[in-house]
Amino acid sequence: MENENNIDYREVGLIVGLEVHQQLLTERKMFCRCPAGLYTKEHDGIVLRHMRPTLSELGVFDGAALMEFKTKKQIIYLLHNTNTCTYEMDDTPPFLMNDQALDISIEQCLMLNMDIVDEVHVARKQYLDGSIPTGFQRTAIVGVNGSIPFKGRELGIIQVSIEEDSCREVSDKGHLIVWRTDRLGMPLVEIVTQPQLYTPQEVEEAILLIGRICRSSNHVRYGIGASRQDVNVSVRGGRRVEIKGVPRAEIAARLVHGEAIRQVNLLKLMEELHDRGLKTPEDVRARITHFDVTAEFKNSRLSFLTEKGWNRFVKTENRRPEFELGKGAFSVRAIKLGGLAGTLNWKTQPGKTFADELRGRIRVVCGLDQSPIILHNEDLNGYETARPRFKAIMEKQLACTEKDSLVIVWGPEDDTISACEEIYLRYIDAIDGIPNETRQAFEDGHTDFERILPGPDRMYPDTDSPPIRITRDRVERIKSALQPRPWTREKRYSEAGIQLDTIYYLIRRSWADIVDTVVEQAGADLKQAGVFFGEKLKGLSRKGVKVSSITKDRWLDLFLQFAKKPELAENWDSLVRSMVDSPDAPISKVVNEIMNSIDASNWKGFARKALAETEILATKKDSEVHLKLAMAKMMSIYRGLVFGREIESYIREKIAGGNSSEN
Amino acid sequence: MSENKKTEIKDKLKGYKGLARERLAAWGVGVWSDVRIVNDAGSVFEGVILPRSETYDDLHIVVKQKTGYNVGIHVDRVVEIVELGYKEAFYHMPEKDFPVNPALPNVTLLGTGGTIASRLDYRTGAVIPAFSPGELYSAVPELADICNLKTRMIFGVFSENMAMEQYITLSKAIVEEIEAGADGIVIGHGTDTMGHTAAILSFMVQNSPVPIVIVGSQRSSDRPSSDAALNLIHSVRTAAYGEIAEVQICMFGPTSDRFGLLHRGTRCRKMHSSYRNTFRTLGDIPLAMVSRDSFEYINKDFLPRDKTRKVKLCAAYDDHTTILYYYPGMKPDLVDALVEKGYRGIVIAGTGLGHVNRALFPALERAVKAGVHIVMTVQTLWGYTQMFVYDTGRDLLNLGIVQLDNMLPETALMKLSWVLGQTDDHEEVMRMMREPINHEITEREPHNGYIILQGGLPDTEEYIKKYWK
Repeated sequence: MENENNIDYREVGLIVGLEVHQQLLTERKMFCRCPAGLYTKEHDGIVLRHMRPTLSELGVFDGAALMEFKTKKQIIYLLHNTNTCTYEMDDTPPFLMNDQALDISIEQCLMLNMDIVDEVHVARKQYLDGSIPTGFQRTAIVGVNGSIPFKGRELGIIQVSIEEDSCREVSDKGHLIVWRTDRLGMPLVEIVTQPQLYTPQEVEEAILLIGRICRSSNHVRYGIGASRQDVNVSVRGGRRVEIKGVPRAEIAARLVHGEAIRQVNLLKLMEELHDRGLKTPEDVRARITHFDVTAEFKNSRLSFLTEKGWNRFVKTENRRPEFELGKGAFSVRAIKLGGLAGTLNWKTQPGKTFADELRGRIRVVCGLDQSPIILHNEDLNGYETARPRFKAIMEKQLACTEKDSLVIVWGPEDDTISACEEIYLRYIDAIDGIPNETRQAFEDGHTDFERILPGPDRMYPDTDSPPIRITRDRVERIKSALQPRPWTREKRYSEAGIQLDTIYYLIRRSWADIVDTVVEQAGADLKQAGVFFGEKLKGLSRKGVKVSSITKDRWLDLFLQFAKKPELAENWDSLVRSMVDSPDAPISKVVNEIMNSIDASNWKGFARKALAETEILATKKDSEVHLKLAMAKMMSIYRGLVFGREIESYIREKIAGGNSSEN
Repeated sequence: MSENKKTEIKDKLKGYKGLARERLAAWGVGVWSDVRIVNDAGSVFEGVILPRSETYDDLHIVVKQKTGYNVGIHVDRVVEIVELGYKEAFYHMPEKDFPVNPALPNVTLLGTGGTIASRLDYRTGAVIPAFSPGELYSAVPELADICNLKTRMIFGVFSENMAMEQYITLSKAIVEEIEAGADGIVIGHGTDTMGHTAAILSFMVQNSPVPIVIVGSQRSSDRPSSDAALNLIHSVRTAAYGEIAEVQICMFGPTSDRFGLLHRGTRCRKMHSSYRNTFRTLGDIPLAMVSRDSFEYINKDFLPRDKTRKVKLCAAYDDHTTILYYYPGMKPDLVDALVEKGYRGIVIAGTGLGHVNRALFPALERAVKAGVHIVMTVQTLWGYTQMFVYDTGRDLLNLGIVQLDNMLPETALMKLSWVLGQTDDHEEVMRMMREPINHEITEREPHNGYIILQGGLPDTEEYIKKYWK
C-alpha cells in the first residue's frame, strides 16, 4: 500500500512543460491608463454579465468555450474607481498597448535568448469563466525560439507572449461567480517552455531558474500572485493536463507527482473499461440511466437529501434564485452505472478516487457544490444511514446486480439532470484515457477539475488593436542595457565567496544590480556588498524598515561615502534608517547629521572614562565582561566614526594594565 | 454578400501590397497557404498565411500559427518558405431554418447591417456587417421559444451610412411586413445613427397596429460578452408581446446584463461612445423595461397594440437639410453658403434657450427671404427653447425662425427633412413642425425627465455602490 504512490517517472514517461506567468513592473495597465499593482479590498460599483461562445477566426466553436457556456454562470464584477475604468468593464475599447510593457516583454525575451517577432499581433483568447469581462484575454506573441542552460543541457523556450492579467476570484457558489477587477489588465508575460522536464524535482528547479531570469531584469513584479505557473503534465499514453495557477515552485513538484500518478491510474481504468466492453460513447450511453428518487429519500436521516434540509441549506447560504440557485424544484436523482462497479472507487491521484473526478465536473459544470456533491454505493463512509435506501433502490427499483453501481445527486432539478449528462461525458472521456483538462492546484498537492483545456479554436484576432512593428533598432536598444543572466552572476558571486542562498535572494529581489553598481562604481568589495544587501539589509527589512524605497543612486552615494571613510560602514544600520526616513536628503547630509554631532578626536579619553564607569558593574573582575560593557558604551557613540577594532584593542590594552595616560 | 465572398477568394494575395506582395508572388504562396517559414534566426513558423489589412505596411506577412496566435514576419528575414497545403477559413454560421410554432406570434426581423450582425473582415481587420439575420438564430437559439421569426435583409450598411434612400426603403419594408400580418417588427441597426432612424421612422410609419422595435449592440456579436444576444431577445419579445405599437429603441438599461429599456423613437439619443447602456430617453422617462420574462410599463402614455388599426406610410424625405450647431463667433457666411448650395431647411442647435450671435442675423434673414425654413432647438438637449425671454430670442422670432420647444436637434432634422419632402409652403412647414406626431414636442417636462447623477458626490456614490451599473 505504501508503495502504490511511488512511481518511476522515466518508466511511465513523464513529460512536463511550463507556462510561467510573470507580471511586469509598469506604472499603468496594458490597454488602459489605470494604475497597475493597486489592489483593493472594497468596491464602489457592481456589474453583472454573462458569456456566450462565439466563432473563432477559423469558424469553429471551441470545446472549452462551449462547456463554460453550459455552466450558465451569473458573473459579477466588483469595481473600484482607483484601479478600474470603463475599459476593464468592457465599456470602452482598448487604448494602444502600453509601450513600457512591450519594452519589458522584449527585455524578458532577450534574457531568455529569444528571437523577437517583427510584428506583434494582438489576439483574443476566449475565457468564458468570467475571469475577464470581455470574455477574452488580449495576448500577443513577442518572442519565439529561445533556450536557457539547465542542468547541463538546454531547456527550450517555445514562445513568450505579452498578456493582460485577469480578475481575482472573490467567490464561486452555485451558479454565481464573483470577481474583483483590480488586477485585471495588468501586463504580464507568459513564458512557455518545451516539454523537456522529466521529474517533479526538475520542474521545481526550472520554475526557480526562470523566476531568477525574469527577476534579473529588475522590471518585473514580485510578491503574492506576481508570478504564477501553469504546469503541463503528461505520461506516456496520456494527454496534456494543465495544472493552473501554481503559486510556488515547491508545490509544483508535489502536483506533478500527483498528476503523474493520476494519469497512470486513469490509463489503467481505461484498460479496465475496455475489458468490460466499453469502447464507444454508445457503449457508455447504454450503461448509464437515471431516475428521480426524491420520494425515496423524503424521510432520509441525511438531511441534505430532503427538501427541508435543502431549503435550510439555501437559506443559510443565502442562495438567491436569480443568482446562485439553479432552476427547478429540489430533486434527488439516482444514476445507475450498469456494469461499472468498482470504477467509482478507482484510485486516481493520491488520496482521491474516480468519484472525485465526477465531483469536480459536476461542481464546475452543473453548479452543484453542496458537499459531498455525490453519494455512491462504493463508498458510504460517514453516510451509513443511507445504506438501506441505496440497497432498496438498487435491488428493488433498478434491479442492480453486484456488477452495477449507483450514484446519487441532489439539488435543483435542472442541475441534477445536467449532472447525469456530466457523469456520462466523464465516462466517455475515461474510455479514451486522459481528458485534456485544466486543473486547479491546491496547496496540499492535489488538483481538481477547472475546465476543459482550451484549444487553438478559441483564438481570434483583436480587431480593436493594430499590429505593432518591432524594429531591430528597438531590439538593439533594449539588448544594450540588458542585465547579466543569473548564471553569470551566480558564478561570479560564488567565486567571491557569497552563499548560494544569498545569491538567489540578491537576484530575486533585484539587489544584484545594486551590488554590481557599488562594486563597479564605488570600488566596494563584492563579497562585502553581497552580504550587506543579501543578509544585513534583509534583517533590517524584516524589522519593517522600508529599505526597498531607497533608489540605486542613493545606495551608490552611500557606498562612495564608505569608500572615503571605511569606518562609516560600521554604522550602516542608523544610516540606512535615516536614508529611509529622509528620502530627499542628499547622502552626504544624512551622514553628516548622524556623524558630525560627535567630536571623535578625544575618543581615547572617553574610553578611559567608560572603563572606569563600567568597572563596578563587571563583577568578579571578569575582564571580558568589563570589555563588553565598555565597548557597548563606546560604540553607541563612536560607531562609524572610529573603527570598532581600534577601540577594542585600546580598551584591551588598558584592561591589561596599561597605565599610559597620554591623550 | 455572397459576391463579396467570391471576390475574397479571387485575390490570392488579398490585402498584401508592395514588397510583401512581390515576395509572396515570387515564393508562389498566397493567402490561406499552409506554410513552414524559417527566418534568419532559425526560428520556424508553421501556419496559415492570413489576408492582411490594406491599411498595414507592405513589409510583413501574417501567419496564423497552430497555437492560434498570429505573428507578422518581415519578408526580408525569411530564408525559407515551403507550402504544405491550403486551408481556407470560412467564417460562417450555419443558417438554420427557424422552427415554426403556430401558437407563437410572428415577428419579422429586418436586417440593415451594423454590429448586431457582424463578422471579421480580413481586408481591414475590422468587424463588418455580414451575418444574415437567419444566421443570428444559430447564435441565439432562445429566439425560437419566443416567436416565429421571419428574416429579411434589406441592405447592409454601416449605421453612419444610413441616409434618405435607406430610410425610404426601410419604411416601405416595415409597412409591407405589417400589412402581411406580422405581430411585430424588429430592425437590426448599428447604434451610431439609431436615434436618427428611430425618429424618421416615427414620422414615416404612423398609426402602426404593432410594435416596431429597433435594436443593435454596443459590443459586436463576435465577442463572448456581447450585448447583442440579450438585446435581440429583448427586442424580439417586445415585438412579439409588447403592448406599445410605436417605433421604439430597445437597448440595455444598465451596462449589466439585467434588462433592456424601450425608448420612444422621437425622444431617444446615444449618449456615450461605447457604453452598453448608451441610449437614454431625454426630457421624459422611457416607455418600459423589458427582461427575458417580463415587461414593466413605466410610462403609461403610449399607443397600444391594436391589430385592427391601419398603418399609414408616408415615405417623404428631402435631404437638403442640416443642423447648424452654434458656437461663439460663428460666421454668417456659413449660413450664406448653405443657402447658396441649395439647402432648404436648417435646424439650429442654439445656445441656452435657443440663441445665436447677433452677427448671424442678417444672414439668417437673407436665408429666410430666400425661402429656407429655419427652426430652433437647444444644444443643451434637455429643456425648452424659450425665445421670448431675451431680446435675442424675440429678434430671431421676428426674422421668421420658429422654435421647436423641447424637440431634440436630431429629431428636428429628421422631421424637417420629412416635412420638406411633402411641402415647401412656409406656413405649412412650420405648422407641421410644431404639431407633434409622437411626443417629439411634449407639453410638459416631468422632473425625472432630466437626471444626470454627478459622480463623486457622497449621495451619488452611496447610490451607485448599490445600484447595478
